[in-house]
Amino acid sequence: MTALPDAAVSRLVRAIRAPDLSGTRYVLGREVGRGGMGSVWEAEDPELGRVVALKVLDLPDAAGDLAARLKREARVLARLEHPGVVPVHDVGTLPDGRPWYAMKLVRGDRLDAAAALLPTLRERLRLFLRVCEPVAFAHARGIVHRDLKPSNVMVGPFGEVLVLDWGIARLLDEEASERRPGPPAEPPIEPCEPRAGGPGTAAGTVLGTPGYMAPEQARGDGGVDARADVWALGVLLRGLAGPEALRARRLAAIVAKATAERPAERYEGAPALAADVVRYLDGEPVTAYRERPWERAARFAVRHRVALLLLLAYLAARAAVLLVYGR
Amino acid sequence: MTGGFFPPTRASVVEALRSGDAAERERALGTLVAAYWRPVYRHVRRKWGKGHEEAADLTQDFFAELLTRDLLARYDARKARLRTYLRLCVDGLAANAAKAASRQKRGGGAAPLSLDFEGAREELERRAPGSDETPERAFETEWARSVLALALERLAVALEGRGKGIAHPLFEICELGAGAEAPSYAELAERFGVSVSDVTNGLSLARREFRRTVLDLLRELTGSEEELRLETRALLGIDVP
Repeated sequence: MTALPDAAVSRLVRAIRAPDLSGTRYVLGREVGRGGMGSVWEAEDPELGRVVALKVLDLPDAAGDLAARLKREARVLARLEHPGVVPVHDVGTLPDGRPWYAMKLVRGDRLDAAAALLPTLRERLRLFLRVCEPVAFAHARGIVHRDLKPSNVMVGPFGEVLVLDWGIARLLDEEASERRPGPPAEPPIEPCEPRAGGPGTAAGTVLGTPGYMAPEQARGDGGVDARADVWALGVLLRGLAGPEALRARRLAAIVAKATAERPAERYEGAPALAADVVRYLDGEPVTAYRERPWERAARFAVRHRVALLLLLAYLAARAAVLLVYGR
Repeated sequence: MTGGFFPPTRASVVEALRSGDAAERERALGTLVAAYWRPVYRHVRRKWGKGHEEAADLTQDFFAELLTRDLLARYDARKARLRTYLRLCVDGLAANAAKAASRQKRGGGAAPLSLDFEGAREELERRAPGSDETPERAFETEWARSVLALALERLAVALEGRGKGIAHPLFEICELGAGAEAPSYAELAERFGVSVSDVTNGLSLARREFRRTVLDLLRELTGSEEELRLETRALLGIDVP
């Protein structure tokens, strides 16, 4: 047995990891990403003449948890038909038993890199609002992402925002459909973990990313809801705004409310958070902050500065006329 | 699919070395030696600064001790990976000068293993260590290299034994070829006088078989499902979360 050169080792490792697409209509391309449970590869679909992204488990999955999670993610994505959610094209199982799904190939920058190219706070806040849209859409359909972070938000070349990696999303209506008598409206999506504290995740199981996980999620509480995503959105908002902008009390209050320790003190969902950011951008009162009278006056002055300037100019002109002509 | 993706296969070497079946014990030892002798030799030279002769002797001693002192009896898969346990055993052996002095006695007359230490020496001296490579990392790298090399040997036997014609040569050309880029499927089809689809099918078969062989081998070289998962991730270069 001779020692293998480094180049051969690299190629052999790739040969092990690369999905065997024989039996599918796809032709394997390069690896474009790697997540906690699998890797993402470019694959060409010669029949439709397009390149897709193919997500597949890296490893054999003795317990079956990861395979269930991957399939579940594909079904969550299929349920979320929104421009801000990557559409799924196809699902299948490789000859070695690893499940995969094909989705739109997303090109662009991750959120933090894209935001770094935006010079004004206003532009970055508008970008944040576009992140809120698919999350709000998901919340309206009873789905909580649970892993919102910059690397899971992609910004395309035309400013389009896509929220990725719904692998640990939680389906709230699964819980409801279990309690309701009769068959569910649509087939339930299998949870990836045993149900103890709620569907999808057992109480005590911690899934998510430190720094972006709401306190109750980090503790492994079973019943996290949309407000866990609100917390992560608050962290994203803080990052997008930057420390300078957070000296503004109203914006700081929005971040503080989104990232409140107790879920009950947060916005109830992404739409409410987005609405407050829109109010901030429009110079209107935000729900997160009770203004003092002089602050309200100052905000009023800023918001109507053109009209005020015109009024002041008019009054100055009138005063000048009075002084000069005495009438 | 039930029970995961690992097909039922040979038992872990940890159990097989204690088997009552002499053939199974011998096969398990062969697997263990093939996967670990180069990492052990390299580790003794790099970490302990031993010369070629002494490192080769210590490597032989290590495998002799493994059997005579039944070192694997103390191995607990819940506490450490087999790879880590074996490396610590090597460290213990190398650190103990008194034991080193009584090597001949300890060997207990066990026949020395036929290992290509000269080849390992040339390989080691040709490859300068990376500046940030720890002995542990070097041991892991050499282990991965040995596992893949052993899997290649098994792949050749499996494919040739099943009369899978061009699958193995195709795999060698595409995955082990010296050139920066493998020849195109059309070039390979012309070279072997077959169709392009025969080439793609042959390569798919060989890659699938190689993957299965590597995973089988890892199962043999680990003591639990969790360790198997960790070692697979280590071999594939994926950080364990």
